[in-house]
Amino acid sequence: MLHYLLKRLLGTIPILFGITIITFIVIHLAPGGPAETQTELNIRASQEARENLKRLYGLDKPLHVQYLTWLKRAIRLDFGESFVDQRRVIDKIKERIPITLSINIISMVIIFLFAIPIGVLSASRRNSFFDRLTTLFVFAGFSMPHFWLALLLMILFGVELGWFPISGIQSIETADMGFFERVLDIGRHLVLPVSVATLGGIAGLSRYTRSSMLEILRQDYIRTARAKGLPEKTVIFRHGLRNALLPAITILGLSVPGLIGGSVIFESIFAIPGMGQLYYSSAMARDYPVIMGMLVIIAILTLLGNLIADICYALVDPRIRLGGKER
Amino acid sequence: MRSLRRAWLFFRDNPVGAVAFFIILSISSLALLAPYIAPYSPTEIDVENVLSPPSPEHPFGTDELGRDVLTRMLYGARVSLSVGFIAVGIAVLIGIIIGAIAGYYGGMIDAILMRFVDIMLTFPTIFLILAIVVIVEQSIWTIMVVIGLTGWMDVARLVRAEFLTLKEREFVQAAKAIGVSNFKIIFRHILPNSLAPVFVAAIFGIAGAILTESALSFLGFGIKPPEPSWGNILTSGKDNIEVAWWLSLFPGLAIFITTLSFNLLGEALRDSLDPRLRKNNQ
Repeated sequence: MLHYLLKRLLGTIPILFGITIITFIVIHLAPGGPAETQTELNIRASQEARENLKRLYGLDKPLHVQYLTWLKRAIRLDFGESFVDQRRVIDKIKERIPITLSINIISMVIIFLFAIPIGVLSASRRNSFFDRLTTLFVFAGFSMPHFWLALLLMILFGVELGWFPISGIQSIETADMGFFERVLDIGRHLVLPVSVATLGGIAGLSRYTRSSMLEILRQDYIRTARAKGLPEKTVIFRHGLRNALLPAITILGLSVPGLIGGSVIFESIFAIPGMGQLYYSSAMARDYPVIMGMLVIIAILTLLGNLIADICYALVDPRIRLGGKER
Repeated sequence: MRSLRRAWLFFRDNPVGAVAFFIILSISSLALLAPYIAPYSPTEIDVENVLSPPSPEHPFGTDELGRDVLTRMLYGARVSLSVGFIAVGIAVLIGIIIGAIAGYYGGMIDAILMRFVDIMLTFPTIFLILAIVVIVEQSIWTIMVVIGLTGWMDVARLVRAEFLTLKEREFVQAAKAIGVSNFKIIFRHILPNSLAPVFVAAIFGIAGAILTESALSFLGFGIKPPEPSWGNILTSGKDNIEVAWWLSLFPGLAIFITTLSFNLLGEALRDSLDPRLRKNNQ
């Protein structure tokens, strides 16, 4: 296990470097270099900011030196200061991480809780009405523009029915609320955004569970289980589901970029003060230091998500857990 | 003749795929004919008809500047479809080249290229796209290129997998033995045999590209008003969410139906191209 973990950790190092290189290239896509275009396009950037930028990127030096200078600071998570309010970029990002992370974790739990049973049920009742209905739902989920779903939900449940608030993460007057009330208030605010965030994931993961379940139900050990007279429930949940859960973990890990990417859309629509909204407003204001810092941070978070999924996979799959030891 | 017959057989066995295909065909024709069939001008402002609900004169209503929503959607279809096709064209081209090189040469080249694919996959696409579009000049062309540049990884993986198996086959060995150049083996002998899954991925990719473009335009980083796109009509839908539901409903429905059709067509093609799946369905 330790061997596997170590190997996996070492494998992420070149990817980390790649991330910084691509981010660096993106900065330098701008004709005339980052400092010129950035300050030119942004009236809020003063002469002082321009000098700071030049120093930050070491623009008078050759490209590889520029990259190394930038990398040295990036490793210490020093991405300079925001154009908009001159605060340190990393501080601005840090205060946004908890909200986005908690919404994404809640979303993942919900995706898992809904998608697995849906997938298992539609596989075990293949071609039934339920199976056809979920297939329809899956394709709708894949094809639905998430921001449109958000608008429709806002119109229906926010404007027409008035059941849920349509913006922000909590009400304005929270001072005289008890702890329980406050949690309830935040929960009410999160219903619509989380519904939007989970739809794609539920569609994808349930489809995946369905097909891996179908594959498993054809295996010999399932036939054996049925032949020895086990009830169908045991066959499906004990013998089938356990094996279908393995790849589901990987898929959940792979869905991390999609979830974080989706946060740009639903956070900006529902005015949730998380990383997605910060990225959106920074892009709007052409606040380049924040954009670049966030690109790196978000890629690292994604990498971390994949790594955690891999570790979970190794923990539950003895083939990987023990396979490392043998070698 | 043979391909016509194959198409007929495909449609006969996949009614859903057939319906999806004809929806795509109709939307494409509407888009092509937009200047001739649109009842109004897509950009002309009509102050007397601001935000009027659907009526016989304006079946899908008007927006905050009095422009006919149906007309703007017809023109928006041109944007969405052309971005979908061209962005995917770019992605497929990059994916084929990288996947073919990695799969054919293997070894170090393969390891490096596939690591590059992994790196690209760790960036949530929308973040990378937003970063690029705020730096380069925004136009429909840059949107196409940027979506293409960030969407080739799946194709590369597919092509690589096909190449890994195909390069061991006799016909490739034979070509090598008689001294055919690597370039010719890759593009003349192996590639044509590995295109089926790429074609399916491309159809799914068009749906994805249309969704990305509409999301970008909705957020204000894609097609800029007054030029209409399905995504930026939805932006006015959001700005007028309390008073004008039609601005949110119809353009979104257009995106939904279009991407759904591409996804269903892709699924039908995949089923009919994958003999393993076909057998299991019986």
